[in-house]
Amino acid sequence: MKNLKSIFAIALISIAFVSCSSDDDAPAPVNEEEIITTLTATLTTAGSTITLTSQDLDGDGPDAPVINVSSPLVSNTTYTGSLDLLNETENPAESITEEIEEEDDEHQFFFSSGLVSTTYADMDEDGNPVGLLFTVTTTDAGTGNLTITLRHEPAKSAEGVSNGDITNAGGETDISVTFPITVQ
Amino acid sequence: MKFFVTLCAICFSAVVMAQNCNSKLSGTIDDFHDGSKIIGASLYIESLDVYAVTDLNGDFKFSKLCDGNYNIKVSHIACETKILNIEVKGNTVYNITLEHHVEELELVNVKGSAIKTQTHSSQETVLKSKDLETYSSGSLGDALKQISGVNSLNTGNTIVKPVINGLHSSRIIVMTNGVRLQDQEWGIEHAPNIDINSAETISVIKGSGALAFGGDALGGVVVMSPQRVFLKDSLFGKTIATTQNNGRGFSLSSKLTKTYTEGWYVSGQGTLKKYGDFKAPNYSLTNTGLNSNGFSIHAGFKTFEQGFNVFYSYLNNEIAILRSSHIGNIEDLVNAINSQQPSIVEDFSYDINAPRQDVTHQIFKAEFYKRFKKFGRLEIQYDFQNNQRFEYDIRVGDDRDKAAIDLKLKTHSIKTALKLDSNHGNTYEIGLSANYQNNFANPNTGVRRLIPDYDKYDFGIYAITDITINDNLRLDFGVRYDFNYYDAQKFYLTSRWEERGYDVDFADLVIDDLGTQLLVNPKFKYHNISASAGTTYKINDEHSILFNYSLSNRAPNPSELFSDGLHHSAARIELGDLRIDQETSNRFALSYLFSSEKLIVNIETFYNHITDFIYIEPTGTEQTLRGAFPVWSYKQTNASLIGLDFSLDYNISKDWSFKNRSSVLRGRNLELNRPLIDMPSNKTVNSFQYSNKKWLNFNASIESELVLRQNDFPNNNFEAFIPTTNETVLVDISTPPPTYHLLHFNSDITFALNHKTNLNVGLSVQNVLNTSYRNYLNRLRYFADDLGRNIMLQLKLNY
Repeated sequence: MKNLKSIFAIALISIAFVSCSSDDDAPAPVNEEEIITTLTATLTTAGSTITLTSQDLDGDGPDAPVINVSSPLVSNTTYTGSLDLLNETENPAESITEEIEEEDDEHQFFFSSGLVSTTYADMDEDGNPVGLLFTVTTTDAGTGNLTITLRHEPAKSAEGVSNGDITNAGGETDISVTFPITVQ
Repeated sequence: MKFFVTLCAICFSAVVMAQNCNSKLSGTIDDFHDGSKIIGASLYIESLDVYAVTDLNGDFKFSKLCDGNYNIKVSHIACETKILNIEVKGNTVYNITLEHHVEELELVNVKGSAIKTQTHSSQETVLKSKDLETYSSGSLGDALKQISGVNSLNTGNTIVKPVINGLHSSRIIVMTNGVRLQDQEWGIEHAPNIDINSAETISVIKGSGALAFGGDALGGVVVMSPQRVFLKDSLFGKTIATTQNNGRGFSLSSKLTKTYTEGWYVSGQGTLKKYGDFKAPNYSLTNTGLNSNGFSIHAGFKTFEQGFNVFYSYLNNEIAILRSSHIGNIEDLVNAINSQQPSIVEDFSYDINAPRQDVTHQIFKAEFYKRFKKFGRLEIQYDFQNNQRFEYDIRVGDDRDKAAIDLKLKTHSIKTALKLDSNHGNTYEIGLSANYQNNFANPNTGVRRLIPDYDKYDFGIYAITDITINDNLRLDFGVRYDFNYYDAQKFYLTSRWEERGYDVDFADLVIDDLGTQLLVNPKFKYHNISASAGTTYKINDEHSILFNYSLSNRAPNPSELFSDGLHHSAARIELGDLRIDQETSNRFALSYLFSSEKLIVNIETFYNHITDFIYIEPTGTEQTLRGAFPVWSYKQTNASLIGLDFSLDYNISKDWSFKNRSSVLRGRNLELNRPLIDMPSNKTVNSFQYSNKKWLNFNASIESELVLRQNDFPNNNFEAFIPTTNETVLVDISTPPPTYHLLHFNSDITFALNHKTNLNVGLSVQNVLNTSYRNYLNRLRYFADDLGRNIMLQLKLNY
């Protein structure tokens, strides 16, 4: 009989558990911190500025990034380029560029294009390129693509990587954007 | 002095002589369950060495007894022997009840074994402790694979989910010590949080026929039972230590049980495992180690008439996931598939780095039962489970060490069952269960929740009956009703809410609009009916057949309803669907069993027709700033699964035996008229065993495992633009890996250290030929080969 009593006691406690543990508080929203919503590449040469923007405000949501190239490039010209990255889901928008500058040895941008050539114009503390600053040189007129890729934790010392060849870079892709460009 | 003692003895005997020695002891013996008279039971008074036997009316009589207390041993061929202390004073009448069902319980046993099965007419296989001990260092999923028709769905080699006849996750119920495991089993990379060493026997019941456990087990039920308690004063235990070269790890498990004649018992068990990086034949699988520790305590009081027990178990698993399987976007996936090599191979290490899982599961249970004379057995049980899951992803900056997934699932359950066994040979059981479950997804991860916060309420009621028509024919029937209710609070990206068309169909669920996100409050109810009917017919001593039909309904799980977003560890966007409704299975099973002294053959066939089968398949790609990702969506279709599981055990001679386990399965998507995704391949396992009792109980076996390429697969390949190469390529995520064949070797000897203690030493080699292979049902098959050769040494001490 003693057993029966203890079982009832446990049953009662359990009922108490059940009735106490529900909470009706609304959950807190999560605003992703690591998300990069916007990549802007600014190309400048004497007297003119061209911006290439890719903006994806819903992050991993269903909407595709909106890609915009402000104007065609001019043939046989060298542009000074810089990249700016933002998380615009926060208000005010958070600069991801600063984060990359702080951890520049763990990041590298890669540029690939069949139409224009690019070179790095910055380096990290180890003397390896980062790519937040770069140059673009155009030759003949035509149409094509410029793809900008950001790799996190790439093997910067692997063969060809410091020259901008992504083949052996490894790491994970944080950004991969293809801009359609025209050289006139 | 001597004289004094003698004098005393004389005086004492004189007193005894003076006692009344003309007393009679008489009475009736009847059955505990139905009150019927027990004929031919023997009663034995040890101190006097006299016997009595019950007559046709169940009556017995001792005469010419002296008054006093006697220990009387009451026994009957079909009953448990009972020792009673009876006081005789004058003519004494004492009626005795005996438990007359022991024989009946044994009847249902698999021939030649002392193991109780859970069901009568289901396709059920029981693994005994010897079958399980070999897998002491592995996982539940590994151990179950020795049953034909059971496969596993792996994420690497330490996250192993059982697949029964092609179905897994929420379609399989895992019962441990009477508790239905609630451990976020919906996830493909969520292995059951269970220590295989905590079970003494495991029953695998194919299909949903075992309604007492639940109505939604379309795949089957895995019942893990602890050691049965015997009522005698005893202290026993066992320790298993295993070490292996692949993973350079060890596993240590120990169990100790103390029992008392009066019915008290206590048992404790603990397991510790540690592994570093495992190895494929050609490279190290960087970041694949495991740290696992767990213990359980089980104590209670047990007699035939009543008893209770309390149980607590704790298990923590820290599991590293192959570093190379963490990928960014489709381009990385294409690179991985094309290179056929893991992208990151480092030197051996015990470190467990991201990506990794850290899961802790705790169970508390209290159970009480009582038997009522001429009626039946009532039991009531409460259990509480707490499942804490952390998943760590490769992250940057301040979030580097922060979990990407932090889910806490708490479940309270109460259940009660009443089993009526007073009607000889027939039993009736009714039961009730109620659950309350709360899931909390911690927002501090900084990652949008894949699974939302929710409360879930379940209520179930069932009735089952088991009827014995005659010695050869049994029937059983069961029916069950379940009610499930979800009350979830979930954030959707506004863009996703609209893309899915929820703004039209579920506009009334929105309770808050945060601009880019919406907070919604789905409240969904599901009513489920399940039923089963089965029969076993014994044609003669050697042949028997079994037929079973079961109907079951399963409500969608949280993952199928609410998944929404990028699953970082899988590099895919997974989308649930709020419109998903229950799936309904109609399963027909037919088995034939041949059993003779030399040969046992079991052929199990089934046809499972599932209406509104819920499954996940690739449905396209979505572009983000990080590149394109494959989208996997939960969908419903009508499906059919048809299969045959074959097992054969043949004793060639006294020393040699042969074993075969084979299974064939075909799953069809009936609406799209094509194969179902992720169906296990056909396979056959053959082994020869040599045993010699004279050589220290020596056993050696060689096993051949042939897994055929899965040729029935849906083609979900798609084309994707790869920006860095400026090319559009085919992403081959569908093609299964080729056929493979593995050889395994096992051997063991046993030393008797003393009459109570045995030491068993086992040496085994898995994948003897170090064959490179990949399995279709391993989620990491895109990234690396499976395990290479593994040499394992096991010491088993029974005391």
